[in-house]
Amino acid sequence: MTAKIEIPSALTKFAGGNGTVEVTGNNVRDAINNLVGEYSGLKEHLFDEQGRIRSFVNIYLNDEDIRYSDNLETVVKEGDVIQIVPSIAGGR
Amino acid sequence: MKRAIASEPAQRFSDIGQSLTDLIGNTPLLHLDKVCPTGNLFAKAEWTNPGQSAKDRPAWRIIREAELSGQLKKGRVLLDATSGNTGIAYAMIGASRGYKVTLCMPASVTPSRVKILKAYGAELVLTDPALFSDGAIIKAREMYLADPEKYFYADQYSNDNNWKAHFEGTGPEIWQQTQGRVRHFVATLGTSGTFMGTGRYLKSKDAGIKIIEIQPDSAFHGLEGMKHMGSSLNPLFYDPDLADAKMTVRTEDAYKAVVDISISEGLLVGVSSGAAMVAARKVAQENPDDVVVTVFPDNGLKYLSERFWSDNL
Repeated sequence: MTAKIEIPSALTKFAGGNGTVEVTGNNVRDAINNLVGEYSGLKEHLFDEQGRIRSFVNIYLNDEDIRYSDNLETVVKEGDVIQIVPSIAGGR
Repeated sequence: MKRAIASEPAQRFSDIGQSLTDLIGNTPLLHLDKVCPTGNLFAKAEWTNPGQSAKDRPAWRIIREAELSGQLKKGRVLLDATSGNTGIAYAMIGASRGYKVTLCMPASVTPSRVKILKAYGAELVLTDPALFSDGAIIKAREMYLADPEKYFYADQYSNDNNWKAHFEGTGPEIWQQTQGRVRHFVATLGTSGTFMGTGRYLKSKDAGIKIIEIQPDSAFHGLEGMKHMGSSLNPLFYDPDLADAKMTVRTEDAYKAVVDISISEGLLVGVSSGAAMVAARKVAQENPDDVVVTVFPDNGLKYLSERFWSDNL
């Protein structure tokens, strides 16, 4: 399946300057791994030393937080949109 | 200062009791001797302000000065971009003084913040979370330019009353509470108002006091309220040359510090306080004979839904 991943503005420089990247994958884990496979500079920003998604990184599939679905195992369908959003806003 | 508009019956007793804004400032200086065994680290407990954050100080000075200059008057709406604490302060003081408040903020702010702001009667305009606070700032500017008569645009990122509130309040308080013994002041950057105002005041008392700013280690971070200056719109009054040194903190280290402070000091603080502690403790341990002061901008009640409380850090 081909899905679109929206890259947060703070990380586009690690994704070849792209705001969105098309990736293949049957679930969110595959899709994110394929993204990081293509743009290795993203890895340290998205994953901790144990290979888990960092605790402030939220991932949405078609606007739904994957923690309320099957987390990284959530199934991705053709044309789905994955968003990577830090849990904060910045600035007070 | 007493209420701007007191009804006649209320005026009869205006010499008794206090108004909300009388409670802003004069926060305690806490001794953090558990998390920092060298015993020389202190923090301003800014959540003891009535809006429960340091932001009551700039919000009140911005509103007070705008009232005095005539920019803010009855019927005009106070407008600004804020991801939380300044908004809470505006909404609280606005409610107290009879102004409508409209706030632009990224849709990613914690739900509990939204509930607090609505409880004070503020109107919220949610902006694209992918643009962080910059999206909210751009939206607020657009709204103001479209109808400048309707709004008083408080503009906490450019308004000099922001840092002046700390020059007149936080700085002198730290000087007095340490009996002039403070040698290092370490603070996180959001609008940079706390750092600029307090830092400038302390330097004016003793140019030898070292002032150290703290930023997130990366543009992509989870430190609510903090700004990575290299990748975002900089506040107009931010002077990158004021600091004697600059430190960065990784998000996970700040989260871990929040848990440590809670367990060992009994203080439930917010994530920027965790970042402040990580950096300030390092300075304290490197200078064990010097008094080191930092600022804990808010408490942790607004962050209890954050995942780090349940994750194994």
